[in-house]
Amino acid sequence: MKSTEILNSLQVALTIRRLCSQLIENHNDFADSVLVGLQPNGVYLVNRLKKELEKINDSPVLTGALDITFFRDDFRRNEKPLIPSITNIDFSIENKVVVLVDDVFFTGRTVRSGLDAIMTFGRPLRVELLTLIERRFSQHLPIRADYVGQSIDTISEEKVAVKWKEEHGKDQILLYSPIKT
Amino acid sequence: MKDLSVDHLLGIKEITKEDIHIIFQTADTFKEIINRPIKKVPTLRDITIANLFFENSTRTKLSFELAEKRLSADVINFSAGSSSVKKGETLVDTANNILSMKVDMIIMRHPHPGAPHFLANKTNTCIINAGDGTHEHPTQALLDTYSIKERFGNVEGKKVAIIGDIKHSRVAISNILALQKLGAKVMVCGPTTLIPKFINQLGVLVEHDLMKALNWCDVANVLRIQLERQEIQYFPSLREYIALFGLNMGILNQLDNPITILHPGPINRGVEITSEVADSDHSIILDQVENGVAVRMAIIYLLAGKINRV
Repeated sequence: MKSTEILNSLQVALTIRRLCSQLIENHNDFADSVLVGLQPNGVYLVNRLKKELEKINDSPVLTGALDITFFRDDFRRNEKPLIPSITNIDFSIENKVVVLVDDVFFTGRTVRSGLDAIMTFGRPLRVELLTLIERRFSQHLPIRADYVGQSIDTISEEKVAVKWKEEHGKDQILLYSPIKT
Repeated sequence: MKDLSVDHLLGIKEITKEDIHIIFQTADTFKEIINRPIKKVPTLRDITIANLFFENSTRTKLSFELAEKRLSADVINFSAGSSSVKKGETLVDTANNILSMKVDMIIMRHPHPGAPHFLANKTNTCIINAGDGTHEHPTQALLDTYSIKERFGNVEGKKVAIIGDIKHSRVAISNILALQKLGAKVMVCGPTTLIPKFINQLGVLVEHDLMKALNWCDVANVLRIQLERQEIQYFPSLREYIALFGLNMGILNQLDNPITILHPGPINRGVEITSEVADSDHSIILDQVENGVAVRMAIIYLLAGKINRV
């Protein structure tokens, strides 16, 4: 596989700042809104958004982590077992605007599972979707993101890897493409 | 993370330490789910499970049924008392007839040791042993050890005394095997007549003095006297048993260190344990019941994930 950089560390920071500005336009000080990251990768992004939003707004933002394993549509269709991650939503989402957050928006199946999973915590007023990378023309379901960091055109054989400083030492988003022979 | 190493849960003997850790990790997630406003997940909506109970059960059956329903499986229940078993149908015939109705998994309790192993060999379906005679009760042992882990953070190095009727107890055998796999030290304590001779081969300590056992242990798992399985009288009187092996607050207060009390239920209040002890802070009996649903959800989920992967 050949790798190409989509966003470097500075571009990731700028994109997150822009996404935060867009969020503030719609949610003001987040008094009635919460951010929920889809496990595992959406949670890193949520932490970054929270830090940035709290810096700009100077008021706390409620964030949570949502595991969607038991709501997926590919149970018994994988070679490997689907092992769950931790869910941590220690606040009520009743009548709140929930912003679901994931790093990459690809087929829409993860988000569909996330929508079902979040409803087990109550009835939110509205649910929105934020993604750092949107892979266009690959959706399997009629779901679209409300906030998009960067849209890219990819083929299904390609893979997008979002690397976070916490895990890999620096922020970087790479596109892996198969080498043509 | 890996798959379970087994396709059935027949006993603790057949599973590995890693299997137990996978089950515990999955159970942690289910415990969080069963405390949500909506306690149900759709994972097993294409799975049908038959609960075959050839022996009476209240809490195990309810716990399994709740676990199955919270995973969205379709559930059918079968009790031997009101079935064709009374008309002479064999176990394999009964199971095969049920399986013809496209059942994917069988949860089975049977009075004969080895019945689930027999059925696992004779049929082509996933079997979970919900207790086979005086042999094993693996899900009870897993929920007991899970409850100990939850209380202490770790099972390894803990000292666990199993007290009471060891001879007739499948809970004792499965608990000994599970605790040892997880690195705990195990002691059994009871009247000589209710401790089987083979128990030494399992590498457990044997004690007949309740006070010594309680002073040694961190956790006491108190078992019920199974009068229904006792074909002869194993001790002179219930009153004598209570005097020598009944757990009461007076005894607990004399101990050097506080201990945690488990009981697999049903409790004979005033026999093996007094109400005061059962309802005290030492007791995690109700936690065991709650954890039972989460652990059984984990076991069913992990085994169902291996059925006919498409």
